[in-house]
This record gives sequence, C-alpha cells and structure tokens, in this order.
Amino acid sequence: MKSLPNKKNNVKKLILGMAAGAACITSLTIANPVHAVDFEGERVEWIVPFKEGGGSDTWARFYAPLISENLPGKPVIVVKNIPGGGSTKGANQFQRRAKNNGLNIIGTSGSTQFPYLLGDPRVNYEYKDWIAVLASPTGGVFYVSSELGIKSAEELGSLRGKDLKYASQGATSLDLVPLLALDILDIDVQAIFGMKGRGSGRLAFERGEVNVDYQTSSAYLKKVVPLIDEGKVVPIMSWGVLDDDGNLQRDPTFPDLPHFAEVYEMINGKKPEGTAFKVWKAFFVAGFAAQKGIFLPKGTSQDIVDAWGDAVEKTIKSDDFQRSKELVLGDYPQAVKGKAVKAFNTALDISEADREWVRNWLTTRYNVRF
Amino acid sequence: MLDAFLTALQTVMTGTHLLYLMGGVSLGLAIGIFPGLGGIAGLSLLLPFLYGMEPTTALAMLIGLVAVIPTSDTFTSVLMGIPGSSGSQATVLDGFPMAKRGEAARALAAAFASSLFGGLFGAAILTGFVLIARPVILAFGSAELFMLTLLGLSMVGVLGGNSLVKGLSACGIGLLLGSVGGAPATGEYRMTFGNFYLMDGIPLVVVGLGIFALPEIIDLLRQNRAIAQAAELGSGWMAGVRDLIKNRWLALRCAVIGCIVGALPGLGGSVVDWIAYGHAVQTTKDKSEFGNGDVRGVIAPESSNNAKEGGALIPTLLFGIPGSGSMAVFLGGMVLIGIEPGPSMVTTNLDITYTIVWSLAIANVVGAGACLFLSKWVAKITTIPYALMAPFMITVICFAAFQATRDLSDLVMLLAIGVLGVLMKRFDWPRPAFLIGFVLASGMETYLYQAIQFDGTGFLLKPGVLIIGAITVISIYFAARHASGSSDDSSSESSTRAKPLRATNLGPQTLFAGAICLTFAYGLYDSFQQSMLGGVFTGGVSAIMLILSGIVLFKLATRQVDDSVNFDNEVTAGYQGDHSIASLSHFIFWIAGLIVSCYLVGFLISVTGFFIAFLLVKARASILRTVILTSTAVVFMAALAHVMVLDLPSGLLQDAVEMPWPLS
Repeated sequence: MKSLPNKKNNVKKLILGMAAGAACITSLTIANPVHAVDFEGERVEWIVPFKEGGGSDTWARFYAPLISENLPGKPVIVVKNIPGGGSTKGANQFQRRAKNNGLNIIGTSGSTQFPYLLGDPRVNYEYKDWIAVLASPTGGVFYVSSELGIKSAEELGSLRGKDLKYASQGATSLDLVPLLALDILDIDVQAIFGMKGRGSGRLAFERGEVNVDYQTSSAYLKKVVPLIDEGKVVPIMSWGVLDDDGNLQRDPTFPDLPHFAEVYEMINGKKPEGTAFKVWKAFFVAGFAAQKGIFLPKGTSQDIVDAWGDAVEKTIKSDDFQRSKELVLGDYPQAVKGKAVKAFNTALDISEADREWVRNWLTTRYNVRF
Repeated sequence: MLDAFLTALQTVMTGTHLLYLMGGVSLGLAIGIFPGLGGIAGLSLLLPFLYGMEPTTALAMLIGLVAVIPTSDTFTSVLMGIPGSSGSQATVLDGFPMAKRGEAARALAAAFASSLFGGLFGAAILTGFVLIARPVILAFGSAELFMLTLLGLSMVGVLGGNSLVKGLSACGIGLLLGSVGGAPATGEYRMTFGNFYLMDGIPLVVVGLGIFALPEIIDLLRQNRAIAQAAELGSGWMAGVRDLIKNRWLALRCAVIGCIVGALPGLGGSVVDWIAYGHAVQTTKDKSEFGNGDVRGVIAPESSNNAKEGGALIPTLLFGIPGSGSMAVFLGGMVLIGIEPGPSMVTTNLDITYTIVWSLAIANVVGAGACLFLSKWVAKITTIPYALMAPFMITVICFAAFQATRDLSDLVMLLAIGVLGVLMKRFDWPRPAFLIGFVLASGMETYLYQAIQFDGTGFLLKPGVLIIGAITVISIYFAARHASGSSDDSSSESSTRAKPLRATNLGPQTLFAGAICLTFAYGLYDSFQQSMLGGVFTGGVSAIMLILSGIVLFKLATRQVDDSVNFDNEVTAGYQGDHSIASLSHFIFWIAGLIVSCYLVGFLISVTGFFIAFLLVKARASILRTVILTSTAVVFMAALAHVMVLDLPSGLLQDAVEMPWPLS
C-alpha cells in the first residue's frame, strides 16, 4: 500500500500531461540557475539508446522511479528508447540535442562504449564531455561443455587443438572480451556470428551446437548454474573485478572461480603483460567493470550535478533499492559521483597505439573493416 | 502439477485479477488500434505503473495488454488497408478488399472471431505443451530453422500470382532488400552506400506500410470514392461468425501453425501470418478469390496470430528469450516485478506459468469479444468519402513509419517503398511474394551460415531437417497440383467470361522490369565487393534473380502481349484515357511534398499545412470543416506524442531555432 500515493501521483501527472497536450499549452520551461535546484512538476527524459525490453532498458526502468523519489521536487522520469546503429544513434542525438538543465540524461552500456573506443565512424559523441553520475558494474563467467572433458581452468591448456566453437553476436560487440581473452591464452576458438543476443548464444550452447560460452553474472546465476547441477556445464573462470589500484581481483560473486589473469598465470607460469593484455583490460572495464552508466550532458552546472549525485546515492542506500536490486543488477557495488567519474575515466581512456592494435587485431582475425 | 493447476485457476478467477486484466485489455485495445504503436509502446507506458504493484496483479495487466495487440490492430488492416503491425500484414490482402466491397463488418467479425478462437485454442495447447516444450525447442537448431525459412519461402509458389517468373523475381527483390545492412556472418555493410540509416537494415514496419497501404490510398484517391463501394453496408457480423464456423478446420490448422512457429525462438512473429495465409491458399481448391476478398484469407492469419502470442510465451518463460518485440518488453516487465523466467517456470513456478497462460485466454475472449461487439459500428467508417479520410490516413502512416526507428529517413524509405508498391501493383508483380522474401531474408542467411558452421554440409542429414524438407516438398507438390487443377477450371471459365483488357503498349512495364534487372545486377556487383562469407548470399540470390527477371524483361521487350507476364492495371482497370482520373504520380507528389516539408519545418507544421491544403484543394471542404478537422488531428498527434513520450519528426527549422513545445 506504501506505493499507492506514488502511483496516484503518476496517474495524475499523466492526466495533467494529456490535458496540457490537448490544450496545446506550450510548457517549455527554463531552469533558473539562481535558485536551489528543484525539479517539481518537470519531466526528466532518460534516453536509452537500446530497444524496449532489453537489459539496458530494464536497468533504466528499474532505476527511474527510485531516482525520481530522491530528486528535489520528485520529477517524473520517463525512459525514451532511441535504438539504432548499435546504440550510437541515441548517443549521437543526446550529444547534439540534450539540454544541460538536468532534465536530460542518458544511460549507456558497453555497446555504446565499445564503438567509441574502437573509433567507429558512426560515433559522433564524446564521453569526455559528459558527466557521469552512476556506474553500474557487472561481471562475466566463461564456461565450457562437460563433454570437453576438463574439470577446471588448470586443464584449459588441454583444449588447444580441439574443435572449439563459440556463438557470438559479432567481434566488435561485448564478445570482444572473451574472444580476445581466449586469443591471449592461445586457445583457438571458432566464432560463429549472427547471434541475436547472449541468450541465443546460450541456447546454441544448450543445443550442443557450440561448446564454449560466457554469460554476464545475472544470466549466469539464473540460467547456467542449473545446468552445472545437471552436469552439462563446467565453469572455468570469471573476468574478475578491478580493485582500487586497477588490479584484477576475484569477482566476489564467484569467489571460487579464478579470474582471467590468474588463469593466464596457471597456464603460462607468469603474469600477463603487454599490449594485448592492456587492451583486454581496457575493454573489460568498458564492457563489465563500468558497463552501464548515467550521464548528464556537457556544461551542466555543478549544483545540478550534485543534485543528481545525491539522488542516486540516496537511491542506492534506500530499502526499496536494496530489496530488489539483486534480481535486476546482480550483487555488485554501484559507483556514484566521483567514483563513477573515475570508473569511466579508466574505461574510456585508451591510447592511440592500443586503439590501432585492437583495430588491426579485429581486421586480421575477424575481417572487420573500419 | 494438479496443485499448480488449481492454484492458478484460483488466482485467475479472483476479482482483482480480472479487474486488472480488463485494465490491461482496455489499454491494449486503445493503443493497438493506432498503427505503428502496438504493444511495445503500450507496455512501455505501463511499465512505470507496474513498479510497486503486487506481482500477480501487475502480471495480469501486462498479459491483458500483450494478449490483445494482435487483435485491435486488425481494425486498420481491414478498414483502411494499413497493416497495424507486422503480425497483421496478411490480413490486409483479403480483409481490405472485403471492406471495399462493403463487407467490412463481416470481415471484422470473421477476423475477431478467429482471433478469439486462435487465442483460446493456443492457450489450451499451451497448457499441455509447456510441460514438454524445453526439449522440443532445443531440438530446433539453426539447421532446422533454416529449413523452416525454406518452407516459408515455398509459399511464394502459391502466392506468386499469375506468372511464376514474376512471382519469384518479386520474392527476390524482397530477399535482396531484406539483406541490406550488416552481413550476419561478418558484419560487413552491404548495399548501404555508406548511409548510416541503411546500415541497420530497412525496417519491416516501413516496408509493410509502403508496399500495401500507400498504393491502396493512392488508388482510392484516384477513384475519389468512399472505401466501401456499395451504398449499403452488407451483411453484418453474424455472417463473419458463420464464416469461421464453416471454416473451423482451417482455423484450427492455422492456430496450430501459429502456436508452433510462435514457440520457436528466432523465426519472428512476422512470418506466422504469411505461412498461415499461404497454407489457406494452398489447401483451397478455388483460389481465384484470394486477394480479392476471400474470407478465408482473413480467418487464416487472424486465427494464427493470436495463437502465436501464446506460443511466443514459451521461449520467453522457459529460456528468457523473447520470441517477439512485445515479448521482449513483457520479459522486461516480468523481471521488474520480480518474476525470473527460466526452467523453474515448469517446476516450482508452474502455477505462475498457468496463471499467465489462462489469463492470456481470458484476455483474448474479452478483447476479441469487445472488438467483435464494436465492429458493426466501426465498419461505418468505410462509408466516409475518401478525400476526407485520406489526410488522416497519410498522417497516421507517416507517424507509424516514423516510429520504426524515429528517423526522418523512415519517411523517405516509406515513400521509396511506396513507389515500388505502386508500380508492383500496377504491373502485377505480387507484393505478398515480395514481403515473404523480405521477412525471411535475414533469418534464411543467418541460419544457413550458422548451420554450415556448426555441422558442415552434414546438417542436411539431420532428422529434423529431413522432416521439414519432406513437408516442404509435399507442400509444393500440393500447391502445384491445385494450381494445375484450378487453371483448368479457369480456362473453361474464361471462355464464358469476358477476357480482361490486355495492355498493348508494353513500354512502361518493360522499363520497370529493366529497373528490377538493374537492381539485381547491382546486388551482384555489390556482393563482389564483400568477403566471401559476407557476399555469397546476396550474390547467389542476385545471380539467380537476374536470370529470372531477365526472362520477364525479354518477354516484355519482345512484345509478347499474350504472355502471362503482361499486365498493366492502368489499362485493365480502364484508367488510361479516362480524364476524370488523376495520373498515377499525382498523389505521390502530394505525399512527397509532405515528407520534404517534414525535413524543412518538422512534422506538426507540415501536417497542419498538408491537412489544410488537401482538404481545401482535393476534398473541397468548407473552411470551417477544414479548420475543425485539421485542429483535431494536430492536437491529437501532439497529445499522443506527449503522453507516450514519442518524438515527432523535427526538421531544419527546429535545428535552427528553438521552438516551443509541441512544435519542437
């Protein structure tokens, strides 16, 4: 019953909105920077550059009503999906049109960060212009079919020369992280592209069409763990998480699984280093450690940024959030304010040489043309 | 299991559950009636309210909404020839001709009764099927899905019209246009001319609207009459229900098809209605009425597309893989209210699954029942003079097309496909065959490539592949047998019936066929610019189609007037030489004007101008009437966009100057 007033409020605002529309009242408002930030009666547009119903959409729709409660004046937050161009379209539109009055925000994902890092010609947005207020991390687990006969990561080397297949969405998607990881481990895997999503990849795995796969944490926990219990799947490694010094550590969600760098050491007897690993880490951060983020546009005044930061911080501490976050977000600490900014600085900082290296790797290995 | 059965039954029958279900149904009907919005917009609108609701109540609303989407979109398909969503494109083929004959009420009644039947039947099947669905779905790999696309493609044989080479060529254009954009195997961009819009592929919604709706609008405008030709609206809705009872076995088979194809993740709901429609044509002796208003052409797709929603629930619930766009949002909604799809949906959470399945059935009954009840009155819309309706419909079509990717290029693409549709209609290149090709193109290529990667060419020997292959062969055999049988009938008939006028000036047709050949030649050229894996599919299709369309071109260029490839509607319908009828391009220019103006001053201003100009010049409406109609339309659009958080196309003006709200 607690949420009833909120709902009523929403309905009322909806009706008011309709009335406003019907009467053709021009309701453009200009935020007044002199007074304290107050969004009362306003409508926040949250651009999600992905289709309705996907992971990022669900993430945004989970957050939207909670953040709304904690923003000054409790504005209605509406999610606006602008899919297309591998999420570059919505981001370009945000870069071009967003107003810096605190009523326009964007929620991006690894799929928005990757084309930016790779220098995709469709990218006309500049992450360095935007101000991050939240970074939502996730993790990933790599697993193989039990038919391959290995029990753990230590035996991974014995897979060399075997016929390994991986169902992928495309070499420049988040799949870049597992593909590059296997390449660094010198394990040859045949990538089969054209999958519609990680879910279809998992389905191909379950059908026995492919024998290696990875899933992000929440999908892994809910849909792959039951297959381990059935004896069909052997988990190998997680991608890990970054500690404050930027080093890879075990993912607290999967404390029993070695992370990627550990596995490298197991097989090669030394710690991973060099350009390939540096690039892998950059893309790992952009794809997992800081996978999703909320941003305000360029030139947003500090008091608005603070208002958003406070609201997100309060949201994360609220009971409502704590109760239901695990289902939607998995058990990872959400980074806010300065931490979010720092996370994305790490994620989106790639040297020109490293960018060249990865573009070249994609072209020679997977025929990707830039 | 019995426990789950009873618990679910109890939940479904409680007052609050039913109440919220009705709420969802009403919302779904209200939104679904508007082409292009459909379920996804409705669900997005609903999602904010779901938060904090009690899970089963929220679920009831969600299901109510999802269930009736393929129901209410039938209104525009039948009454206006505008496919309300990709699931009701096939309904247009016979539903709209029926409306033109003055049988709109009958067509609607047959459609809604079929929807109701399909929905109920789907739910009944699901109750049992859900328990064994997991292994069945896992048995359908890429190889089997590829074979299913072939089965779908074989429908071109029966939907290909009078000339087989033309039918196949039309299908080929569809295949080629469907492959525009990133190649599934390599991600290379094909036939995009470096255009970002084309890189994502051409959206199906835009193609459906352009290929069916625009040509019909233009045709009706030229004839300048109401949609329904008859002065009296013919037999009412009892006739439609009787039609369904008469064709109950057809409806039953199509519901089964809908359920099965819907349950297979990866094929997409847009194929279902075509397969059902093709099946209806295939199994009917006298095919002559199909496409001209055969009620079976309405019953088949409508009974399958509601059963499909039930089928699509299965992969959504069991694997968390949505079978359609609306299911994707349904899935998102489920996660938000705290229900996690997965294997547990048939074990510990079986009662939730049954609650969902049966709620779906009830929602279907209520939704289709309400539509059935309304159809008698709504059908009257077809008696309004067309010139008054047209600006509304053109606006609605542009709005719907723009919702595809919310890019002005959607409108340009709409116009381009519309011109193609007008020409295909004029020269009788079968548009259903084109659309089947378009719908199947990407699935076909992707699954063929994946099947070969997974199993090598050995995939052809998999048992599932062999079974579907056999079904395809049988289906082609029956189609061929029926075809030869019916052509005998028609030849004996044609001696008694007056021969239709044939064109003697083949110039325009030859030009069009030449343009088609050039398109395939370009497709072939483009495929050589790609890597082997990226170009082999489009190259293969183009090469074969170049030969087939070359045959058409050759026959036309050598003036074979009596050959079945010769058809020019301008001559056959007697438009040529009739000065009371506007030229074919006349109304295309009107629409083009609207779209160009959108680029300059944005949608709302353009629509205002278009309404005023059209109503004054074309409909010769009074000033008062023009003002009332124009302001109604504009206010409605603005309010809709505001409430549903939709952008309306903005133009150069909006880029240059900051405009107040509804205009920005």
